[in-house]
Amino acid sequence: MNASLANSARMVWAALRMLLVLTVVTGIVYPLVVTGIGQALFHGKANGSIVKVDGKEVGSKLIGQSWNIKGADKPDPTWFQPRPSNSGYDPLSTGSSQLSASNPKLVAAVKAAKKQVAAFNGVPASRVPADAVTGSASAIDPDISPAYADIQVKRVAEHNGLSVARVQMLVDEHTTGRTAGFMGEPHVNVLELNIALKQLAEK
Amino acid sequence: MSSELADVLVATALIGALALVHRPLGDYMAAVYSSRKHLQVEKWIYRSVGANPDAEMRWPAYLRGVLVFSAVCVLFLYLLQRVQDKLPLSLGFKAISPDQAFNTAASFVSNTNWQSYSGEVAMSHVTQTMGLAVQNFVSAAVGIAVAVALVRGFARSRTGELGNFWADLVRGTIRILIPISVIAAVILIAAGAIQNFAGIHHITTLSGDKQAISPGAVASQEAIKDLGTNGGGFFNANSSHPFENPNGFTNWLEIFLLLVIPFSLPRTFGKMVGSVKQGYAIVAAMGIIWFLAVVAVTWLEYAHPGTASHLAGGAMEGKEQRFGEGNSSLFAVSTTMTSTGSVDSFHDSFSGLSGGVLLLGMMLGEIAPGGVGSGLYGMLIMAVIAVFIAGLMVGRTPEYLGKKIGTREIKLAACYILVTPALVLIGTALAMALGKGQSSMTNAGAHGFSEVLYAYTSASNNNGSAFAGFAANTEYHNSMLGLCMLLGRFLPMVFVLALAGSLAGQQPIPATAGTLRTEKPLFTGLLVGAILVITGLTFFPALALGPLAEGLA
Repeated sequence: MNASLANSARMVWAALRMLLVLTVVTGIVYPLVVTGIGQALFHGKANGSIVKVDGKEVGSKLIGQSWNIKGADKPDPTWFQPRPSNSGYDPLSTGSSQLSASNPKLVAAVKAAKKQVAAFNGVPASRVPADAVTGSASAIDPDISPAYADIQVKRVAEHNGLSVARVQMLVDEHTTGRTAGFMGEPHVNVLELNIALKQLAEK
Repeated sequence: MSSELADVLVATALIGALALVHRPLGDYMAAVYSSRKHLQVEKWIYRSVGANPDAEMRWPAYLRGVLVFSAVCVLFLYLLQRVQDKLPLSLGFKAISPDQAFNTAASFVSNTNWQSYSGEVAMSHVTQTMGLAVQNFVSAAVGIAVAVALVRGFARSRTGELGNFWADLVRGTIRILIPISVIAAVILIAAGAIQNFAGIHHITTLSGDKQAISPGAVASQEAIKDLGTNGGGFFNANSSHPFENPNGFTNWLEIFLLLVIPFSLPRTFGKMVGSVKQGYAIVAAMGIIWFLAVVAVTWLEYAHPGTASHLAGGAMEGKEQRFGEGNSSLFAVSTTMTSTGSVDSFHDSFSGLSGGVLLLGMMLGEIAPGGVGSGLYGMLIMAVIAVFIAGLMVGRTPEYLGKKIGTREIKLAACYILVTPALVLIGTALAMALGKGQSSMTNAGAHGFSEVLYAYTSASNNNGSAFAGFAANTEYHNSMLGLCMLLGRFLPMVFVLALAGSLAGQQPIPATAGTLRTEKPLFTGLLVGAILVITGLTFFPALALGPLAEGLA
């Protein structure tokens, strides 16, 4: 056996041991330490910000849901509706439509959504904001724009037997501004808003 | 406050934070790679591996270290995916197919993190944390090591020695990447990112639906994915997933993490070659190009050209409400120009021209500011080219940092800048000629061509983002893109280390009145010009067929 071959073999062996040692450090110790800190200090968040109503888990604050009539593929008028989702808000199938702005499929989808949202909420198409007719990046966007929440107020109030002013107040209370005043965009968390709505309607 | 004003504040806060941090971090990194002392944990690592961290290596030995280590990594990661179903914590996921396992192994070892799989339904806890996340650390550390070796080539004289690869690899991981990642990961959890090893969580919603909530060690992976300019998302939706990126602040933090090491390394370089001004000339060139791209993409996304966006009244397709157009544009530019490839919005749905700017950002060779390490060595290669062009103009032998740029040096630099364009253009042309590109498109026409061009550009330049409508999980594309990623990563490293060796062996030339002052704004301008002209000439025809055709239609 010549020397260079033995040399190479030694190098491969060293490289493999290096990888295994670094795997222990970065692949086992590091995530476990972070998990330990996270679970100890931020238990709820580290486990997905699960929201409970009357002791029952009803979703994650961070994961959007569909609010359809049970068993039907139709939006339920008693709830605030989320953005369109190309996966029906399935967290095991995240990601967007990937359609380009020039794609006829997307053009048709936007046209149809605009018509549907306007009719569903009884507002002119010109008042329908962009987020109401476009799919999000994650397909589980938990939020809608304040403008989209606003145009749903009247419909939601009517179907829950509440006053428009009261529901509008609810929306305003659940509008989150930009983080620290300038990071991100204002938004309304649909799950939290609907939970508050349910509690209000049951009173 | 208007969205536009908020965006300006977000960018200002980002630039301010980078300006604040680059100095201590850059100096710290210079100290890390210059120190003669070893930490206790490092001594333990060297002992268990049987490596001598104080043995100086000449360039062939250093290169051998890089290549052998990376080859072992590819093999290990490949095998791990092939047997993940037989290991604990598999979540019931199957073994990954051979072509996809090769693609993913090549992808994570080459710091590309191109993903032809969906994390939430493919990769087990063990594969994610002990396979993929480990590569996030070590591939980043390898990148910085090679950059540091090149810097030593400039800094040292009359020796061929470039340092010790094992020591550089371990120090980068232990002293730089892990500490920052731990801090960043904890902040991310505090802001809402998840971190657990649970199973899939089933709940019943108020409207009576069943929903399955994904588990995972997400925050720990998110931190290093951005810090190491890797980009491979835990979930298919990547950093647009609320569990990876819950709000406007985390989005800002993740952009900061993408940029912080690439924008600090020029300071490290300046420190190590004994003139921080040389580092500032480099960082200025990086910053100018990055900033112009941010302005261009943000403006284009707000203007939202394109029929569907016009109808909708905004370019919100493929974007999250909590980020909007502005924050998404800043992320998009920063991720494509750092060779990261994580996304908080989907580039396929950006307007045609914005997509073109993102493509161009990668085509520049990932140097503004580029990936960790690879950005610096790429930019230094361009500096060598710029010095050479300037030398031709005035008829003097070019020199840079007291080193002569002779025939051997310029040949190596020229080989470097030919690698990725060749891979991109040949890869795209082959895919189109064989009909493999067409069959993977989601969108038709010019935009469809952009999807193919974007895939091969992203893979060859080790970015990893995608026009994700491109159906990449086919045997052909898994294999070809895997090849592009490996060649696009390691072939340039061969030329970089050969150049480093040849520079380190030279006698330094004393600066004279006729020496080009490479620390001055004039040189920064020359450098930016050279980069734009070289990239423009190489890629204009390809860009004209894709994004330009779509954008100007």
